[in-house]
Amino acid sequence: MTTTPQAVRRASPRTRRPATPAAPDPTAGLLPTAEPVRLLNPDGTPLPPRADYPEPSVEALREMYRRMVVGRRFDVQATALTKQGRLAVYPSSRGQEACQVGGVLAVRDTDWVFPTYRESMALTARGIDPVEVLTLLRGDWHCGYDPTRVHTAPQCTPLATQCVHAAGLAYGESYQGRDTVALAFIGDGATSEGDFHEGVNFAAVFKAPVVYFVQNNKYAISVPLSRQTAAPSLAYKGVGYGVPSEQVDGNDPVAVLAVLTRAVEHARSGRGPFLVEAHTYRMEAHTNADDASRYRDPDEVEAWRDRDPVARLETYLRARGVLDDAAVDAIAEEAEAYAADLRERMNAQPTVDPLSLFEHVYAEPTPQLVEQREQVRAELAAARDSEGDA
Amino acid sequence: MATMTMAKALNAALADAMLDDDRVVVFGEDVGQLGGVFRITDGLQARFGDKRCFDTPLAEAGIVGFAVGLAMSGLRPVVEMQFDAFAYPAFEQIASHVAKLRNRTRGALSVPIVIRVPYAGGIGGVEHHCDSSEAYYAHTPGLKVVTPATVEDAYSLLRTAIDDPDPVVFMEPKKLYFSSAEAELPARTAPFGTAVVRRAGTDATLVAYGPAVPVALEAAEAAREEGWDLEVVDVRTIVPFDDATVTASVRKTGRCVVIQEAQGFAGVGAEIAARVQERCFHALHAPVLRVSGLDIPYPAPMLEHTHLPSVDRVLDTVARLQWDDQPDPRWLPQGSVA
Repeated sequence: MTTTPQAVRRASPRTRRPATPAAPDPTAGLLPTAEPVRLLNPDGTPLPPRADYPEPSVEALREMYRRMVVGRRFDVQATALTKQGRLAVYPSSRGQEACQVGGVLAVRDTDWVFPTYRESMALTARGIDPVEVLTLLRGDWHCGYDPTRVHTAPQCTPLATQCVHAAGLAYGESYQGRDTVALAFIGDGATSEGDFHEGVNFAAVFKAPVVYFVQNNKYAISVPLSRQTAAPSLAYKGVGYGVPSEQVDGNDPVAVLAVLTRAVEHARSGRGPFLVEAHTYRMEAHTNADDASRYRDPDEVEAWRDRDPVARLETYLRARGVLDDAAVDAIAEEAEAYAADLRERMNAQPTVDPLSLFEHVYAEPTPQLVEQREQVRAELAAARDSEGDA
Repeated sequence: MATMTMAKALNAALADAMLDDDRVVVFGEDVGQLGGVFRITDGLQARFGDKRCFDTPLAEAGIVGFAVGLAMSGLRPVVEMQFDAFAYPAFEQIASHVAKLRNRTRGALSVPIVIRVPYAGGIGGVEHHCDSSEAYYAHTPGLKVVTPATVEDAYSLLRTAIDDPDPVVFMEPKKLYFSSAEAELPARTAPFGTAVVRRAGTDATLVAYGPAVPVALEAAEAAREEGWDLEVVDVRTIVPFDDATVTASVRKTGRCVVIQEAQGFAGVGAEIAARVQERCFHALHAPVLRVSGLDIPYPAPMLEHTHLPSVDRVLDTVARLQWDDQPDPRWLPQGSVA
């Protein structure tokens, strides 16, 4: 190929085309802010207000504080119940109170919540009976509450699968003319699962009103975030799906509620899903069966104690003069009463009926299940008879 | 009465269900404008709009998980897995959620989803397009597993599946899609859990389902020349299984061969054979035998007839039903004499 003189001629100022406006940035509005949104310093002193994330009302923050205190007491009580053998296992969310409570405060009772197994505190903060929340972990059945009554899916153990359910539920609700939002909780490790990708992608393609709320507590059992992703942070995953995203200091209750409130508004307004990543920390081990000292430096855990979300909100509300000793004491008493009630009710041995195993497999049991039920009924009768003989 | 293909009957079942119930939505890969790679959803989008019949991202776990959410919101999703082996990515959603949600929630939350799976071989398909995956689903409590072998059953069983309060894996034998028969729609042949005697006979019972049913019927015709009068039972619904019809037939004939296209080891045919011998032991004149695909990954197209149960293989097996009341020499200890 030969080069013509015209092709190599340098563009002179006279021949230069008039400046065209720059093409719009296709990622505009999709990327998170470079630093997690923060409205309170770790010591509870306020940062300058932000126009993009207005501070929640004092009433909302006082309610958040109340539920965080009660939630933490619930978590401590559930851990104790595990040590007493009342629960088979308990995955604690201590340290993540701002996320647990902020998530459910940001949505309405008529919205749907899709929790994981670590959301016990969130579910109690949503008003679900704590005994029903702990049924799964006590082991007398799987899901203890009626999901249709409390608009909350069963606590999801298979990782990230709830992300797709949330997309379907939210799309189905809007399809039927309802303005329901779905809030899907997920942890940092589960963002590596295919169903996280498929869920966010389906929600984006169908403009389903879902808020995906990633609590990045830094570890998937023992595996650190660096083994889950090479992304700048998990919130950056949204742009690839065309989903606006934000990251927030997950131990700053004011920021968590502000960001989630905006995310829920975005979803409800018909603009599709929103992805929020909260940077937080699981103060306890993965569950009571885990030994976190095998993979976490105690200094790291100590450093996070200084960022305690409950103390942070209390300091802020006290400084604003909207929380006093009397209110703090009253809430602490309420939390104690809540724990005492839970302890008492969990100390009662639940009744389980082996014949109930055959219910709810299908709407009507199959002939094969009827046969097996009769076999178990006969076994139970024989066992009762031999006890009677003894 | 009109002559139509199974594909057309399935298409009519979807259209009629969508017409009768606004909650029915049909989605999957290429099911919209294209009408599905086998044209089972042909014309549904044009007729009912792209909210009722729509394409999704190419992701099977996503499709089934999305259906779970839609069912939770009160809709009745019918999803298409494009081919048997392409449904495997959805298996976690099917096994852990679709099958279990009713049970996990003590009946508070059920997800009446129909998962349509074109399955099995005999069409010269390349790898990953011909698997017989029914055993995976049949082994999963909470799912109903259905497979039609005739045009009218295709319509009827699909309508029943969509109306059913439980999730149904609806296995469509793709080699029968373009088989045709006289059919009068809307047909309602029988409820789930009802097997049917397709051909009455006295000497032995062939139990088959889906793509194996025509093979069984052809073998029964050919067996007349050998002097055997064979009965053929079409299982129709693998789950719930109709023990009564199968048992009644085998008690009458005293001999049984179970035929399935899937590989044999730990398959549905093994379960049927076990159930028959448990229930019919004193009526049996011979062990219950099986004819199945070989225990190999589904072969390349030029080798598939060696794998698939053939009429000859069925007849050879029938010949081994100890008609002279002698043990099958192949199972005797080496060196011993019958």
